[in-house]
Amino acid sequence: MSKSNFTRRGVIQTGAIAGAGLALPTYLRAENHTGFTNAPGDSEVTLGFNVPQTGPYADEGADELRAYELAVEHLNGGGDGGMLGTFSSQVLDGTGILGREVKYVTGDTQTKSDAARASARSMIEKDGAIMITGGSSSGVAVAVQALCQEAGVIFMAGLTHSNDTTGKDRKANGFRHFFNSYMSGAALAPVLAAQYGEDRKAYHLTADYNWGYTTEEAIRASTEAMGWETVNSVKTPLTQTDFSSYIAPVLNSGADILVLNHYGGNMVNSLTNAVQFGLREAQANGKNFEIVVPLFSRLMARGAGENIKGIFGSTNWHWSLQDEGSQAFVRSFGTKYGFPPSQAAHTCYVQTLLYADAVTRAGSFAPCAVAEALEGFEFDGLGNGKTLYRAEDHQCFKDVLVVRGKENPESEFDLLEVVEVTPVDQVIYEPDHPQMGGADASLGECNNGA
Amino acid sequence: MTDQSHSTAPLSVQQAATRNAPLARPRAGRGVLGLTRRDATLMLVVTVLVVFAPFILNPFPETSALAQFNAGYPDLMQRFVIFGIFAIGFNILFGLTGYLSFGHAAFLGVGSYAAIWSMKLITLNVIPGILFAIIVAGLFSLVVGFISLRRSGIYFSILTLAFAQMSYALAYSVLTPITGGETGLQIKNTDTPLFGGPESGIGRANLFGAEMGNSTELELGNWLFTFNLGYYIAGAALLLAFYLSIRIFRSPFGIMLRAVKSNQQRMNYTGLMPKRYTLSAFVISGMFAGLAGGLMVAMDTQVGPERMFWTASGEVVIMTILGGAGTLLGPVLGAGFIKYMENIISKINKDILHQWFAFLPDGMEDVMVAVVYPFIGKGWHLTLGIMFMLVVIFLPGGLVEGGQRIAAKFRRNKTQD
Repeated sequence: MSKSNFTRRGVIQTGAIAGAGLALPTYLRAENHTGFTNAPGDSEVTLGFNVPQTGPYADEGADELRAYELAVEHLNGGGDGGMLGTFSSQVLDGTGILGREVKYVTGDTQTKSDAARASARSMIEKDGAIMITGGSSSGVAVAVQALCQEAGVIFMAGLTHSNDTTGKDRKANGFRHFFNSYMSGAALAPVLAAQYGEDRKAYHLTADYNWGYTTEEAIRASTEAMGWETVNSVKTPLTQTDFSSYIAPVLNSGADILVLNHYGGNMVNSLTNAVQFGLREAQANGKNFEIVVPLFSRLMARGAGENIKGIFGSTNWHWSLQDEGSQAFVRSFGTKYGFPPSQAAHTCYVQTLLYADAVTRAGSFAPCAVAEALEGFEFDGLGNGKTLYRAEDHQCFKDVLVVRGKENPESEFDLLEVVEVTPVDQVIYEPDHPQMGGADASLGECNNGA
Repeated sequence: MTDQSHSTAPLSVQQAATRNAPLARPRAGRGVLGLTRRDATLMLVVTVLVVFAPFILNPFPETSALAQFNAGYPDLMQRFVIFGIFAIGFNILFGLTGYLSFGHAAFLGVGSYAAIWSMKLITLNVIPGILFAIIVAGLFSLVVGFISLRRSGIYFSILTLAFAQMSYALAYSVLTPITGGETGLQIKNTDTPLFGGPESGIGRANLFGAEMGNSTELELGNWLFTFNLGYYIAGAALLLAFYLSIRIFRSPFGIMLRAVKSNQQRMNYTGLMPKRYTLSAFVISGMFAGLAGGLMVAMDTQVGPERMFWTASGEVVIMTILGGAGTLLGPVLGAGFIKYMENIISKINKDILHQWFAFLPDGMEDVMVAVVYPFIGKGWHLTLGIMFMLVVIFLPGGLVEGGQRIAAKFRRNKTQD
């Protein structure tokens, strides 16, 4: 029954063959050492677009992907060139990047850091992507940024607003163009103080996760500096869909401002609940009760509908901006897809261009050379006015838009109006600011991989 | 106590499979490593598959359009074996006792957190990390199992689901100082483990100095094969897990677990305590999940709470059923199948489709792209759902039953000749 084929000779023979088989590759390895991971060939270069295609931020992901496709088209000389014409650095000429045609691969982050990293790793290991970009949540951005640092490729962050991405979790191979919680707070506070007065009492509802914490911290710090008082702050579960039980105590708390540190579906639901509870018509401490939403996006505004009218918030970019760069971008995006781009689309498009430009100026795809070209780079004509990529934390510094829900929208896209463009000097901070991880936070050394 | 064998569909097949499979024989009659000849062959097949996976999974040359379907890159190969281990462990509980745990991802996640803390605090060597992962997941599953196993059937499933969701919610927000919240945990250049801190600013998991990411590449013509150290370590763990699973399936303990499934009341009447066996099975499968979690961290030094989300628990159930619950090889096949869909099919985009159908006339090309597009890219869930339905309806024993049917057909033909 138990007659076995394993003889001593057989085992030794098999072992020897298997050993030789495993040792062989070490000799056959045809490695053309270029000094960095995924060095592109002479004709093509591959970029990895890692965006949420399923899950809660799928809408934003779809818009980001449209922007990436547009950017690739423009880099390869197709379409009307978009912002290539208005970009202050004029080294990109529509012949790809350093003469190589731009190809791309896409992946689905599912807004989960595990899935995002799996997708990014397959782009790096299988498709030979030289740069990874995308993402629409800070958890994902931080996770993928750390991966890129380890693997030795450049990461150009998409929509991520938490301080941590370029704060305590900053990495030498990662770059962010989008603004952050701190800047939202610094831009909003003066406008709010001017509009609503300086002796206000605020009540915070905060989404119970990383981005919520940094946003609440930023808004509290900057409004309290203006003289506001924070009455209470309550954390709400991210999966909450009905906020009635959180809104009900607000009116009797002595507060006269409600700050909703919520994003996406959370914000749509909590704002709707607050309006249904009559907060907007209410009076408290002899003043009109007001609601503030720190981070606005067009997709959220669409979800909240009527309720958003007159509510203040901040945003990275808006398609109604009249500068040359924004208009060129809106024109080519609109021609291709039939509607104006969102702020997520804008930041992703700009990041792709900035990467291509940095490679061209550096004359090399090596991550460390690209990073050096991006560090301290000052540019204009990409829709946010004069912008600086700061070397210390790889964060872009530019003007921040304070927006308000429009009273009389003309179309389904025309929902926000720009109230004020807060100049960059008001929102800049020291690289070792306590909200950014303090003195401990460091980029580490840039990694070229192998 | 309800008789569980009536509650889940694949069980009748499982019983059939049990009948076909050699039951535990007296120990004296065993061959190599205590395996019967048939099991030894199965073990050998799995070993060959694991060792030669870099070749098997990369059948298409780099330059061809079909290279899209190659799965032989380190990350995916690692995922295949890690989720294989996870599913093997789950199958010891579900396949043998019929207890459907809907919260197994919690053990995977707890194991992962244990492993990353071991790397952050003790050493970047993966071995202590993996051991910690197994131990912590085992202890956690003991607690969860002790409470959940007071009930059976759907109530047990709901209890485990509740525990898993609780763990997820805790990791996501309340326990942020320990778990890093939404952002999760990574190894930072500021970490100072007791032995050998991160060099050159980047902490990489290693095995006595050899980094998990180390690979050698073999170029044969247009083919490129990658042999990754991390993969072979995970592969060795899979072989060990698979071997343990065979031994458990064939042991008297395994028979007891099957007895729990077929009729718990009868077991009670004969004076046996089913809970002792089910709890052991629960803890064992929790430790398998911990091993998988520890390996995940070893291969990719990062943990996020969504690893414990209920969809992750659901995924391992689907893997097991898709491959064949209660069979030895099924869970591994199911895990490989789902990870392949998730990583390969989801990455096909419209552009690639247009390239495929470029040979057709313009109108036809667009029609073909429009027809296929919903099933690929972000539609991979849809394709997976359809496959799952087809398997459950036509092959209740999973992919393994499909293989058996094909094999049986060939065998019959042979005898007719």
